[in-house]
Amino acid sequence: MSLEAHIKEHPAYFHRFDAVWTPTVLILDSDGIERMRIEGYLPKEEFRAQLEMGLARVAFMKKKWADAEQRYADVLERYPASKAAPEALYWKGVSRYKATNDHTVLGTLPAQFKEKYPESIWAMKTAAWEH
Amino acid sequence: MAVQWNTDADAALAQAKESKKPLLVDFSAAPA
Repeated sequence: MSLEAHIKEHPAYFHRFDAVWTPTVLILDSDGIERMRIEGYLPKEEFRAQLEMGLARVAFMKKKWADAEQRYADVLERYPASKAAPEALYWKGVSRYKATNDHTVLGTLPAQFKEKYPESIWAMKTAAWEH
Repeated sequence: MAVQWNTDADAALAQAKESKKPLLVDFSAAPA
């Protein structure tokens, strides 16, 4: 499903969805709830990665843990060097934890971040789980 | 595969709900 809103043809949509800059891309879930907002231009691969992160977030917020984990894994596989990848690794782990309630999953994340994305802010967020 | 763009927000939201699929919304000011 896709909706196109041009500033000259549908200015009311900008107000309705709080779009204050162009380009702005939103991913809404099937209930119309915003789950991802991308403002400004991105290189093609980064943009694709962000779109897939949005779909993963939709699945995550619907508590579809296995679907979310797979989507985050797909981002890591397809766009390992993207800016989205560290966040995907974080939420992939959280999705697994949510699915299994196995806290040891979270404990494996700090080492993965040290190896792959040590400078990421997401690495900082996993530090509390380090044993 | 080409994207089929809707320009009616209410219709797009209704379709998303009915099909239980996410909705991509693109806000643009680029010349047509």
